[in-house]
Amino acid sequence: MMTKDPILKVDHLSMRFGGLMAINDLSFEAYRGDITALIGPNGAGKTTVFNCITGFYKPTMGMITMRQKAGKEFLLERMSDFEVNRDAKVARTFQNIRLFSGLTVLENLLVAQHNKLMMASGYTVLGLLGFPTYKKAAAQSIEQAKYWLDKANLTDRADDPAGDLPYGAQRRLEIARAMCTGPEFLCLDEPAAGLNPRESLALNELLRGIRSDTGTSILLIEHDMSVVMEISDHVVVLEYGQKISDGNPDHVKNDPKVIAAYLGVEDDEVEDVIAEVEGETGGAH
Amino acid sequence: MEYFVQQLVNGLTLGSIYGLIAIGYTMVYGIIGMVNFAHGDIFMLGGFSALIVYLLLLSVFGGIPIALALFVMIIVAMLMTGLWNWVIEKMAYRPLRGSFRLAPLITAIGMSIALSNFIQVTQGPRNKPIPSMVSSVYEVFGISISLKQIIIVLVTAVLLTIFWYIVNHTPLGRAQRATEQDRKMAALLGIDVDKTISITFVMGAALAAVAGTMYLMYYGVIVFTDGFTPGVKAFTAAVLGGIGSLPGAVLGGIMIGLIESLWSAYFTIDYKDVATFSILAVVLIFKPSGILGRPEVEKV
Amino acid sequence: MANTTSTPVSADSNLTARALREGFYAGLISLGLFVLFVGLKTDQNILNELILVQRWGLLAIFVAVAAVGRFAMVAYIRPFMERQKVTNLVTGLLPDSVATRFFKLPVFIAAAVIGLGLMIFGGTISASISPTAGAYLSLIRGAAVVYTLASVFFYFRAYIVANFSMLAIIALILYPPVILALTGVQGSLKWVDNFGVQILIYVMLAWGLNIVVGLAGLLDLGYVAFYAVGAYSYALLSSYFGLSFWILLPLAGILAAFWGMILGFPVLRLKGDYLAIVTLAFGEIIRLVLINWTEVTKGTFGVSGIPKATLFGIKFDASKDGFAALMGLPMSSAYYKIFLFYLILALALLTAFVSIRLRRMPIGRAWEALREDEIACRSLGINTVTTKLTAFSIGAMFGGFAGSFFAVRQGFVSPESFVFLESAIILAIVVLGGMGSLVGIAVAAAVMIGGTELLREMSLLKQIFGEDFTPELYRMLLFGIAMIVVMVWKPRGFVGSREPTAFLRERKSVSGSFTKEGHG
Repeated sequence: MMTKDPILKVDHLSMRFGGLMAINDLSFEAYRGDITALIGPNGAGKTTVFNCITGFYKPTMGMITMRQKAGKEFLLERMSDFEVNRDAKVARTFQNIRLFSGLTVLENLLVAQHNKLMMASGYTVLGLLGFPTYKKAAAQSIEQAKYWLDKANLTDRADDPAGDLPYGAQRRLEIARAMCTGPEFLCLDEPAAGLNPRESLALNELLRGIRSDTGTSILLIEHDMSVVMEISDHVVVLEYGQKISDGNPDHVKNDPKVIAAYLGVEDDEVEDVIAEVEGETGGAH
Repeated sequence: MEYFVQQLVNGLTLGSIYGLIAIGYTMVYGIIGMVNFAHGDIFMLGGFSALIVYLLLLSVFGGIPIALALFVMIIVAMLMTGLWNWVIEKMAYRPLRGSFRLAPLITAIGMSIALSNFIQVTQGPRNKPIPSMVSSVYEVFGISISLKQIIIVLVTAVLLTIFWYIVNHTPLGRAQRATEQDRKMAALLGIDVDKTISITFVMGAALAAVAGTMYLMYYGVIVFTDGFTPGVKAFTAAVLGGIGSLPGAVLGGIMIGLIESLWSAYFTIDYKDVATFSILAVVLIFKPSGILGRPEVEKV
Repeated sequence: MANTTSTPVSADSNLTARALREGFYAGLISLGLFVLFVGLKTDQNILNELILVQRWGLLAIFVAVAAVGRFAMVAYIRPFMERQKVTNLVTGLLPDSVATRFFKLPVFIAAAVIGLGLMIFGGTISASISPTAGAYLSLIRGAAVVYTLASVFFYFRAYIVANFSMLAIIALILYPPVILALTGVQGSLKWVDNFGVQILIYVMLAWGLNIVVGLAGLLDLGYVAFYAVGAYSYALLSSYFGLSFWILLPLAGILAAFWGMILGFPVLRLKGDYLAIVTLAFGEIIRLVLINWTEVTKGTFGVSGIPKATLFGIKFDASKDGFAALMGLPMSSAYYKIFLFYLILALALLTAFVSIRLRRMPIGRAWEALREDEIACRSLGINTVTTKLTAFSIGAMFGGFAGSFFAVRQGFVSPESFVFLESAIILAIVVLGGMGSLVGIAVAAAVMIGGTELLREMSLLKQIFGEDFTPELYRMLLFGIAMIVVMVWKPRGFVGSREPTAFLRERKSVSGSFTKEGHG
């Protein structure tokens, strides 16, 4: 494989809440076109990393660089949350689904195209006067919404309130909505949480489709190892706010530190586990 | 300097009254997250109860020791407003509990309009002046402190102590705090949530009644519209101190009292309310949850 | 067999016992509530001292009404309602079966004939009989008219619901000529001004506030401030600079919008009740400044002699090129009122048109999204500060338009007109109507404002309670009670559902249980 082209670079990121160091000197990269997974036990600081990347939290220290395809670079830690999406083209979903539950599925997708439509409507003034540029843009936005409705398999529910959808469909809608902002980098916070196996499969399909059709790179937090191992190209493991492993799924799966973190072994036992694993693989590490 | 201290004393007196009303706002807000707009009118109702009881005492007994009269006035006013607020909560607010946030707010505004107009209709629209009940004034280091002011500050202090004890050291207070944290969980653990909320309303109303009695004694006059301005000021005090926080309500009340009396003394009395409201706006802009309020962490 | 017959009997006696018990408690509680305030009245004697007047009879009536009312409620009315199967909890209305029994064709014809007859001959009849009988006559007339209209609504309800907006606009356009024809030039004054113009002002204000509260979900308790800005802009600029209404109308709107921005900018970071109290404070600040800045605003005396509006330069006065003279009509202030009616109707329709258009624009969708979830909005790249600010200032702008209209209608403005109560009434109309629904809000305004205005018409009450009985006194009391009753009955307002702004296949209303009310 060629040298990989990083789309997101996290450098020495730290986030402190009062006395708690939620993230401690974390550095990692996500590569363009990859699905990168961020995993770790509960409370490892994964969602905090997300909130720092998407501008909802201001990190205590460190640098987050987003490099767009065209080569333009953004320092995300200096931008406010809405600018991260609007200018740097980073979209996200939430661990606790945040849909506009009283708007219909279609309207949810139209809201996501706000900035584009705002421009086309001449900041509302031209649109209010009925200029054709806005009408054209509005029709296009419906087409765009239709495309994602189709991808997320939600076309039948397009005119229903988002709050009325079943859980799995809400998850897919949230992803479709994030995609409607036209992102280059998509951050998904536990997209498979609470899904049944069938919905989980549909989700995998959707994510693969997103990557192959739009070239959007994905960063996801996940607990469901079957999802992680199946679809991700690159895995970063966090524990207590620090990175303990980083590499392809196979590498991470066999990393003794990861095993220790997930199995919750005592510190002095880690040495034993490492020795054990190294013995098994013949020290070919 | 003496002038300044004099204004501090006046401000403290006024602030005590605001603080007593503010507690009612803050308690109800804390426990069911609702702005009880009618609370100012409950205060006015308390003042009117005290007025009528006072006139009744005068007409039945002729002369009566002022201390005893005040005591009876306070007790009856507390019972009266307690009953009113109990009925109001049961009939107007309880059916809306857990629905839509604006519905109880509108009901409360409607209740406020209804209560003040009820008093206007039944008691007449005119000012109700009474002869000064307590007129002694003491000179301390060149500052004149009236007995009225001493009574107000003392009564407030005593009530706050009792109240603080109830909230922090009794099973009732524990039930209130639990209901405030998580109503469903409290109900699951066997707390009678409805009763707790009712008692909270009654307690808030009782404190407002005391404030109403003090107001009547201090100013010697009351009118049916008197619920509004002190009510809004007390609400402002509750928000300024951080709504939901009991010490915050008292602190906010005293701050507003001080701002008012100092502004009136050193600047123009015309703009004293403008000053109060402007300071509220400025404080909230820099401290969006009030002075003692817990900062709202944005959960993402 | 014995069991099946005895069960209802014992249930009945249980019910009666319970009703008696509840009636007793209701009486006891109302005795407690009213003993001081109704049983005794503070009054001033000749020496200007307060004395107590005893009214135990009135207290007894209050207690009896409460006790009997509660008893009847538990024993008869509630079981009756249950038997009628008032299960239509969604609409809260009586089921059709009851309505069809209530609205019958022969009754309808009789009512129509009586109503029409009394409207035409009522004047002559009541002149020849005693005022008491005349009052009853006007009550009968009112009831007949209400029944006739209600029947018409009932029979054509499907058509009316489907074409409500269009029918309402047509009815409003025809309203002044119809009233003019029915009541004559002088008689029309009251109906056009007190009912028409008054209600439409509130409709417009509530539609303006709806943008802020109903769409964007920002709780604004100081909306009346922008109404005041608009009114004083017109009053002051026209009296100091002699500018005409048509120049000042847009200017007043722009000034109010500008104030909306100035006030909004610092406070829109606040949430929920904090925002509410600060907006309330701003409303009070503006009113207090109007009272105290006497050099400019003339304080509590207010600004009077505000010039009237003109129609393409034609004045509504007694001059020879005035409207009446030009049209060859006798001079009457009614024509000016009718002109004002059409003016406020046009302004209100403009507000509605703009709100409807804006809802379908990205900015309007962003408002509604903001109401639903602010954090999600920000994650989608929406600048929530400017979005809130536009809602606030556009809402303020319509308040400003309404304000300048108010000034031109009254010819006089004073701080008295811009008290918190006004903000509360406007907000109540928005919430009672159903947040976001223009039709619901218009209905709420008509019911609440028109209902309390109607009370002035109740001359019959004077006959019952004596000549010094003033129904106006009870206006706000009943208004407050109505607010409570409607809110408890329908917490989401008259129209609880929301119309989507775009659809793929079919337009389905979104039930109120999904929409949120905002946290700002």
